[in-house]
Amino acid sequence: MSVVKVTKEEKKKKETGEEISEDLDLKAKKYLRGGAANFDDLKDKKLKGQLSHREFLYGASAKAAAKYEKWLMPSEGGYLEADGPVEKTWRIKQEDIRREVDISSSRNQHDVILPEFSPYTLDFTSNGQYMAAAGRKGHLAIVDMKNMIPRREIQVGETVRDVVFLQDQSFFAAAQKKYTYIYGQEGIEAHCLKDQGAVLKLQFLKNHFLLASINKFGQLHYEDVSMGAMVGNIRTGLGRTDVMQVNPYNAVVALGHSGGTVTMWKPTSSAPLVKMLCHHGPVSALAFHPNGHLMATAGKEKKIKLWDLRKFEVLQTLPGHANTLDFSQKGLLACGIGSFVQVLSDFSGTQNYSRYMNHSMVKGYKISNLLFRPYEDVLGIGHSMGWSSILIPGSGEPNFDSWVANPFETRKQRGEKEVHLLLDKLPPETIMLDPTKIGTVKTARKKEKLTKKEVEAEMEATVEAVKDSINMKKKTKGRSKPSKKLKKRQEIIAKAKRPFLEQQMQDGQLSIKKQKIGEEVELPKSLQRFARKKAAT
Amino acid sequence: MKVKTISRSTDEFTRERSNDLQRVFRNYDPNLRPQEKAVEYVRALNAAKLEKIFGRPFVGAMEHNEAISCMAKNPNHLKGIFAGSEDGDIRLWDITSRRTVRKFPGHRGAVRGLTATTDGSRLVSCGADCIIRRWTVPVEDSSEDSVKPEDFHISKNAYWGVDHQWKGDQFATVGAQVDIWNHTSNAPVRSFQWGTDTVISVRFNPGHPDLLATSASDRSITLYDIKTTVPIKKLIMQTKTNSIAWNPMEPMNFTAANEDGNCYSYDLRKLNEATMVHTDHAAAVMDIDYSPTGREFVTGSYDRTVRIFRYNGGHSREIYHTSRMQRVFCIKFSCDASYVISGSDDYNLRLWKAMASEQLGVLLPREKKRHEYDEALKNRYKHLPEVKRILRHRHLPLPIYKAAALRRTMTESARKKEEKRKAHSAPGSISTKPLRKRRIVKEVE
Repeated sequence: MSVVKVTKEEKKKKETGEEISEDLDLKAKKYLRGGAANFDDLKDKKLKGQLSHREFLYGASAKAAAKYEKWLMPSEGGYLEADGPVEKTWRIKQEDIRREVDISSSRNQHDVILPEFSPYTLDFTSNGQYMAAAGRKGHLAIVDMKNMIPRREIQVGETVRDVVFLQDQSFFAAAQKKYTYIYGQEGIEAHCLKDQGAVLKLQFLKNHFLLASINKFGQLHYEDVSMGAMVGNIRTGLGRTDVMQVNPYNAVVALGHSGGTVTMWKPTSSAPLVKMLCHHGPVSALAFHPNGHLMATAGKEKKIKLWDLRKFEVLQTLPGHANTLDFSQKGLLACGIGSFVQVLSDFSGTQNYSRYMNHSMVKGYKISNLLFRPYEDVLGIGHSMGWSSILIPGSGEPNFDSWVANPFETRKQRGEKEVHLLLDKLPPETIMLDPTKIGTVKTARKKEKLTKKEVEAEMEATVEAVKDSINMKKKTKGRSKPSKKLKKRQEIIAKAKRPFLEQQMQDGQLSIKKQKIGEEVELPKSLQRFARKKAAT
Repeated sequence: MKVKTISRSTDEFTRERSNDLQRVFRNYDPNLRPQEKAVEYVRALNAAKLEKIFGRPFVGAMEHNEAISCMAKNPNHLKGIFAGSEDGDIRLWDITSRRTVRKFPGHRGAVRGLTATTDGSRLVSCGADCIIRRWTVPVEDSSEDSVKPEDFHISKNAYWGVDHQWKGDQFATVGAQVDIWNHTSNAPVRSFQWGTDTVISVRFNPGHPDLLATSASDRSITLYDIKTTVPIKKLIMQTKTNSIAWNPMEPMNFTAANEDGNCYSYDLRKLNEATMVHTDHAAAVMDIDYSPTGREFVTGSYDRTVRIFRYNGGHSREIYHTSRMQRVFCIKFSCDASYVISGSDDYNLRLWKAMASEQLGVLLPREKKRHEYDEALKNRYKHLPEVKRILRHRHLPLPIYKAAALRRTMTESARKKEEKRKAHSAPGSISTKPLRKRRIVKEVE
């Protein structure tokens, strides 16, 4: 019996062997990080051999990572599927989902009503375990999401426009009426940042420890919170805006302006990296896909556009308003307007977004902030009456990496992680549109050939410089005669001119005076002595 | 409808008891790691800086009463090294404790050559007092401090070097001529002579037990096979070779330490061209030794420095110097490829680490992995200017720095002159000899 079983299994393996390898190839592509390098132009055989061996190793490691996925990543993501063609996923309500799902997930669906403190803004830590909620009228709260218990709540007594966690739950920054304040874990005010002015929106660049803020006058300010130094203060010149997002792929800050333009900034330059005209009206919301290649913008002219950031082209235009946009880890897009949330999904990875789920809240609630919770299938909604959270199956990444973000972090692990984050803190100069360029060879720009005039001008300039710097030593015993001095001077000037003349000779521009060669005249022998002799060479 | 949401139960993802290890979960998806190249670059920079912080190569010194003229490794005992000095004092040092274990008194003049048999039981020494002495190396436990010689031979001429076969019981001494001896006989078994000049160094080939190479003061390197009666080949160069070392992993290659400050690597089958010229020393290279891995060799030079070269590298990987170390006359690579022992003019034997920033001792697997990761990072980013600047930086004593700058300007101007000559003469009329052939005068059979 057992022998028969084995052979059947072997047969199955052979049939599916090809399918498995195709599957693995697809998965391995994800780990390859781009295409293989082309070595055709390389002439150095030794280097070619070394590099092709390295390419082979990359391929092998990608294949190994794909193969071990099934053991390393046991959890599968969430999903929501409709039965039959009649039922549509966007008609399914949260109550229906609640009934089908287990108790621990249904705990994630809740509404917290705090009407006194008006619209709420939310922020999550990178492992999704803590949430900071800021009410406009001055309420700041840190909520432990495992137990749904508010850890610390403080009332600051003035308007709070935005809140953001710093590197983990131990610090958070709140943009208050006049200045930005940084609070510690226990709600104790640690710092007051006065340089930034009245900040409208805050964002934290985690790998660089930079707190980016945009204020009422449209000034973009970068502050290094590990050292407490200002890294950049850029006057955008495009007016007041409160639409600001960070692209997680390359740490570039994008601002949406009232003219319909979206500009992208890095801290070390005063001019934007990119300035693109996105909408006919003001830009009302902005969001970036975690892989960095997709951007969603919403304009007040009732359009939501999806942009490919590699070519800066529109991929898709959807009709609809959105006051706030957010992408989830798995690429679901949530749009919020009024008291209505719409979640769009690109089924099967093609970047074609269509309706996935809808959720409408009680009529009077005005949504101010939408944020997906990392590593969970949860969408946090900050609105005018408090905050809520709803279940969106398939939005979170099911398998986390303990060294990147651990939802089950212990106190020691948090401390270690903070130290490692500080050791690996990236300098602000590494922020660029294409982060894979670091470590690559800079292609030499072709030197534009200077025109003749330019070359002459350069030569003149060097000669002038040399003339100024000539210091003739005073020699004694009759060795510093004027004729000798002049000769020396001319020698120095000729030496300075030499490289230019050599270059010109190489280019063939300098024509050595050729002596005229007389035409060969066929003279009779007796008159040969009167023929013009050729110039002596 | 079919619904499933992510729900993680705490017990699956946390440890059961407090003395268990914490659970670690991995997901290698690149999307979870933004800006990974920048992070790698920062880590490479930190690794380079740490390498310089931990770069303390000097371990210790062992003192004699006179300048050290020769050293010998005992292939069977890792911890010990024999050293002979100019006053005839031969000692066996214990490297770990840096103390003298045994003394071998007897020579009255400078000890010019020391060698140990392959099984480590006997030591042969020869000196400027024209005497060869044979000693039995005592076993660890015996209590005698100084050892009496087993046997000795007197000859007419001073001896300049001695070396023992890697496999066999014959050894060769050089001085006026090359003599092959047996442990039992009283007279040399065989003698070779080619030319009238003194032969100053000798080395047996690790692969072929009967092949040996010698260098003489007539600027030649000669290869002998002790089974035959005539020498095999002779290579004459422009300057004298002070010492030769065979590559233990590639026994057909040997490297010669030359008086002009360069080391020339040759393949013995093709002696008309050097396979590699290793330049970096500012004065004559006095001694050379290969690492047992065959991938590196160390040289000691008259310019008071010790340099470590890669076997195929034109320039040195590392330089060691101290203000107290004077002219280095002999150098040895330890048998476990971790240490370098230099003997110099200032009466001291110095122990250095072969890799200056290596962590000694037993490493935890995590430490080992971290070192390997740092090495890989430095390798990947070593061409970037910030990392390169840190990795390349070495403090040089002023005379060496100036000598290097001078050599650079000299070679640069010579090269430019040659180029201009070529450019202004008929094409093909001036041909430059490649550097590998330039210093060879001729090859003689």
